Amino acid sequence: MNNTGRKFVLYGSILVISLAAPWMLPAYQTQLAFLWMMVLFALTWDLVGGQMGYTSFGNIVFFGVGMYVTAVIQRNLHFDIEEYVHVAGAVDMLTPGQYLAGLFLGLGASTIASVIVAAILGACILAMGMRGQYFGICTLGLGVAAGELASGWEYIGAGSGMVTPVFPDGLGERGVFFYYIFFLLAGILFLTLRWLYSGRFGLAIKAIRDDEDKAEAMGIHTTRYKIIAWCICAFFLSLAGGAAGHLIGFIDPTEVAFAGATFGVWMILMAILGGKGTLWGPVIGAVIFHFTQELFWTYLFGWQRVALGGLIIAVVVFFPQGIMGWLRDRWPERFGYWVEESSGSDPFGDAKP
Amino acid sequence: MQGFQILFAAPIFSVQLLIDGILIGAIFALAAYGMALVWGVMKIINFAQGEFVILGGFIAFAFINTGIHPFLGVPLAAVSLYIIGWFLYRLVIVRIVEKDLFISILATFGISIFMQQIMNQIFGADVQTAESGMGTWFLFNNNVTVLQIKVVSFVIALVIGACLALFMKKARLGQAIRATAQNARAARILGIDTDKVYSTTFALNAAICGATGALVLMIWVIQPFMGLAYTIRSFMIVIVAGIGNVAGVIVAGLGLGAVENFAGFILGTEFQAAFVFSLLVVILVWRNFLLKLKRSYLE
Repeated sequence: MNNTGRKFVLYGSILVISLAAPWMLPAYQTQLAFLWMMVLFALTWDLVGGQMGYTSFGNIVFFGVGMYVTAVIQRNLHFDIEEYVHVAGAVDMLTPGQYLAGLFLGLGASTIASVIVAAILGACILAMGMRGQYFGICTLGLGVAAGELASGWEYIGAGSGMVTPVFPDGLGERGVFFYYIFFLLAGILFLTLRWLYSGRFGLAIKAIRDDEDKAEAMGIHTTRYKIIAWCICAFFLSLAGGAAGHLIGFIDPTEVAFAGATFGVWMILMAILGGKGTLWGPVIGAVIFHFTQELFWTYLFGWQRVALGGLIIAVVVFFPQGIMGWLRDRWPERFGYWVEESSGSDPFGDAKP
Repeated sequence: MQGFQILFAAPIFSVQLLIDGILIGAIFALAAYGMALVWGVMKIINFAQGEFVILGGFIAFAFINTGIHPFLGVPLAAVSLYIIGWFLYRLVIVRIVEKDLFISILATFGISIFMQQIMNQIFGADVQTAESGMGTWFLFNNNVTVLQIKVVSFVIALVIGACLALFMKKARLGQAIRATAQNARAARILGIDTDKVYSTTFALNAAICGATGALVLMIWVIQPFMGLAYTIRSFMIVIVAGIGNVAGVIVAGLGLGAVENFAGFILGTEFQAAFVFSLLVVILVWRNFLLKLKRSYLE
């Protein structure tokens, strides 16, 4: 079988399994929906953190912005705000049409809001040439600041959070509905990234990762590429956030929306576990992490987050190349790299003296 | 903006806020000094700085619970953290020193999460504090109150800082640390055991943080997840002052304490944390903007 045929079989089987999964495992529909959300998290983090080399701790900001904007639009479109807040969302159930209209209008608005936020932040942070550790700590501050601001803002429920409308009858099961939404989002994101990485855009952001000054000297508009990558990341994260808010049903400012301690950390761990800077790495990392996380939660109850921190240290210190990176080092010819046997040097090793 | 009106109506309040802020600022400066040390010598920004502070507080808390005087918690926490820092260096940091930037950022970030959760498991998620049993001074017709413990901790922080500065200047090991900070390779060639220097530096930073945490425990409160704010504050102070500028670190620390206190009063305490984190972003963007004009960037 040739390469195209093999790829066809691979993508086809993933598609079939994914479409059938919620019907084969009806007890885990919500979990499977979250699996695709994790894949989306890992892929968006890898776009900026892996491919472009800007280690970000604040991508969760866009997730939270998307979640809040979608929920606020859904609320303001159909309900009296005072009454809604007073009874914590336990008002009349929406018709499916109203629900879908609110949801999709909200998702659309959330992407616009999120991309605007990303562009402004990009103009402030990336265009000013903030790099490396400074970028990392700045985004870390950004993520926490967003959560703290949301906890103090009365309009969006402040610290007590917001409730999204009840899922209406007539749209099938809630888990299945959101499973397909997340599957669609993750699928579109994957194909978009595959297309982007294979072209000029991918080469440009990889050049930025390898040596930004040289890339700029070669005539690449580094600032433009950095902000575009950041905006793509924001676009997909806001969609995921809007859908996740409706799936979870309750938005807490620091535990769900701007959940730096859970989602924000997981997306980094998943990307580096699978292999940062590769297309398939984040997907594999997300799948492995999502299943092992369930084991952690079952067998290490209470200590799971300690294990999470330990896992990050272990992966970063002992296994920084990740699963895909390790496979690439092991069988470079499979990845299209040509290795000369006699040179004896490590083609992917640390170039520093 | 009720806070503004109060400040205009009763200016004496600003004296109160200023004194409180400056007294707390010394503690921030101490933690920032440790961060600058590790940063300058090992070229690592320690994302777990705040967790060291909080861990120092909890260790002091555990010792104080056995019945010793709260002030003895400071040296005990420092010594414990020195040992923990040394082991942490041997286990993890030794493998990331002089490595890729990405690895050092994420590894220290992992350490911070690990320590947060360990403290959460061992000491519980409750807010803790220690009663020093000291009184209060009343100034300006009883309009301004100054807790004596804050003054004492201010003095302790300055004494620790002065001792460290002296150690760096005079002691053989301190000179070796400074030499390594200037040029690690040259220091190695001239016979300095840089591995020992690194381990001492990292452990010393942990000890400084431990002492800071014990002071925080006495004048404020500690909680396992409060660490990040101290990391951010230390980082801001170092950014503003510059690495290796001790006087700058002290001034920036005191200034941050005062600014934060005023902001907490004017914006309301629920926005104080948001203010600290937003201030970080603003400072970083401003610093980068100034450098951008010179076609340069922060390295």
